[in-house]
Amino acid sequence: MFTWANLVSQMFNGLVLGALLALISSGLTIIYGTLGVLNLAHGAMFMMGGYAGYLAFTATGSYVLAVAAGALFVMVLGVVMERVIIRHFYSRPNEDQLLVTFGLSIVFVELVRFFFGSLSRNVPPPAWASGVTPLGFMLYPTYRLVVVGIVVVALLVLYFVLYRTRLGMIVRAGIEDSTMVDSLGINVFRVFMVVFGIGAMAAGFAGIVNAPVVSLTPEVGEMILVQTFVVVVIGGVGSFPGAILGGLIAGQILSITSMINPGYAYVMLFAAMTLVLLVRPRGLMGLHSRD
Amino acid sequence: MAKSSGNSTSRRGFLQRAAVTGAGLGAFSAGGAQFFMPAFAADKPAIGTWPAGSSGSSVFVGLTAPRTGTYAVQGEDELKGAQLAIEHINSGNALIKAISPKTTKGILGKEVKYGIADDGAKPNNGVQNISRFISENKAVLMMGGTSSAVAVALNKLAQREKVIHLAMVSGSNDTTGKDCVRYGFRECFYGQTAAAGIGPVLVKAFGKGKKAAYLTPDYTYGHTVQKSMSDYLNKEGGWSTVTNQVCPLGAPDYSSFLLNIANSGADIFLNINWGHDAVLSIQQAKQFGVLDKQKLVVPYQVPFLAREVGGDLMGGVYASTSYWWGIEDKYPLAKMFNAEFSKKYGYMPEWGAQCTYLQLALWAAAVEDAGSFYPPDVIKSYEKGTKRQSMVGEVHFRPEDHQLVRPVIIVRGKKAADMKGKEDYWDVLEVLPGEPLMQKPDEFGCKLGDYT
Repeated sequence: MFTWANLVSQMFNGLVLGALLALISSGLTIIYGTLGVLNLAHGAMFMMGGYAGYLAFTATGSYVLAVAAGALFVMVLGVVMERVIIRHFYSRPNEDQLLVTFGLSIVFVELVRFFFGSLSRNVPPPAWASGVTPLGFMLYPTYRLVVVGIVVVALLVLYFVLYRTRLGMIVRAGIEDSTMVDSLGINVFRVFMVVFGIGAMAAGFAGIVNAPVVSLTPEVGEMILVQTFVVVVIGGVGSFPGAILGGLIAGQILSITSMINPGYAYVMLFAAMTLVLLVRPRGLMGLHSRD
Repeated sequence: MAKSSGNSTSRRGFLQRAAVTGAGLGAFSAGGAQFFMPAFAADKPAIGTWPAGSSGSSVFVGLTAPRTGTYAVQGEDELKGAQLAIEHINSGNALIKAISPKTTKGILGKEVKYGIADDGAKPNNGVQNISRFISENKAVLMMGGTSSAVAVALNKLAQREKVIHLAMVSGSNDTTGKDCVRYGFRECFYGQTAAAGIGPVLVKAFGKGKKAAYLTPDYTYGHTVQKSMSDYLNKEGGWSTVTNQVCPLGAPDYSSFLLNIANSGADIFLNINWGHDAVLSIQQAKQFGVLDKQKLVVPYQVPFLAREVGGDLMGGVYASTSYWWGIEDKYPLAKMFNAEFSKKYGYMPEWGAQCTYLQLALWAAAVEDAGSFYPPDVIKSYEKGTKRQSMVGEVHFRPEDHQLVRPVIIVRGKKAADMKGKEDYWDVLEVLPGEPLMQKPDEFGCKLGDYT
């Protein structure tokens, strides 16, 4: 069903979808880049952000408080997770790290299912962002437009922290060569804790910002996690700009393929990932491949 | 041997629970059963789990359903219906006796025990779960479904293992069509009967020559329901299909599909998605303004959809279903079922629970009539097509394809303001007799296969 109007609207939708994916992926990629831990609980943390925000919303009715609660709760959760569990796995093999984060994700999902059940929960968009906005070539949900703005601001903040602060400098140095950073007398463990907190917060923040777009279920993070991994692999594992680029590319692939043949939208996403891995194994913006 | 008690939950892994009542006695006598053969067994060779599975004082039923994933809410409801039925069979409840008059307590005097496993609506998991129930518990009966992909996979397992399978919710034409088996039975309505039931209502309500857009989940259920709907509407109503958006099961976002539907110029939006996929795609359709321009139709109703989405979006929406509690004024057994179910679980039953309850009650009746758990005898008892009472009036199994001949109920969503109670989501428009809605038994290529 190809028409120019449809192409433009799908490309626009792809941009919005991509922005969301970029935000979720950036948290995952920062943690991996710095700590070397592939956090399979990232999707579950995304989900926990949504539910924490949902609780705050039902208690206060405030969207802003819901977003703050979702982000802060998951940040605290991330810090606790890092201190109590993840820290003991830095020197363990990658398989152990994968298993422990996967296990944690199961615990989180089942805890939420135990307390909330499987029926979906809704966080409505704030009144000022609900409804539909006419864009000329199509009508588009206002809240999704707002989400793009929120994501851009959040990514700018992350960029500022990573590229314009002392902490960011250490983090980026850590990505390049953590042994060197350690030998320069910097307390790497404290940096790791802060980074894990920031990465977790990005997931929780994305979870609650995304909640009005998708209704919340305990599995909402699992579905997102797979896409997030594809984004991170396309963009380059550990690369912050790569996560943004990967997100935008994935958004376009999903949207444009679905215009031509919707059944192949997700197939094409994985085909693109395979292609990137074949041509550029470290991903589009990946600096070096990890051992 | 009958499993005694024990509660263990582990995700994706095996979730299994054995009924606790009478466990000690059950375990004792089942243990001794290996060395004791009933007299009638001598002239029949062992088949499937027979006679080992039914030689003790209890029989075991293996249940697999999605307790996680996009169909989790519906799966839990179906399990509740099955658990209530087993409880009623064991206690000889009046409702079971109304459906299966020969039932006293248990089936042929044997207590029914059960185990539950989570399959996440994935066929492989469903087959693994049931295979373990067969090998470890000597299950005499399996139940699974919610996703037709699971139901069809279990049909094949049932025929191979010679253990009877009662499908839970399964909307695909294939379940009693091209993938039908001698050992499989389906209670609920399906694509063909949904289309033949709701089709005329839609043409009458919206007129002829309308443009239709479909949102279809990419597996046997979605494809066959979509085909049945478009075949009927295009032929009988002069409608045209302007787009059919095929989406994966459990898609995290429907925006691109919905944009295509918004841009398709359709008058009617037929959403075939099920479970949480239906909830999410309808909520997002509202966000994208699709529901302002197009009339939403849910051809194959989804339990809990109206509860989750709300009257604001479901008001005026047409759907077809197997059961809605609102028919209780005309159907005394529906009233009994609603009362029993809501007493135990605190809410009115949806059609998934009704499906599993009635399946088990009809199985109890078939086994009691056969006088034995010997599978070929039970199947032949089913195939007599005995008319039995149910919550939806008189029903019987069609011997040629093992599909229950049962009514299809056409409902329309109530606006929030028109609801008379908190569970009053649907207006019942019609209760259509099942027989005229069904295809010829061989039309979808059903070949049942052997008894032994």
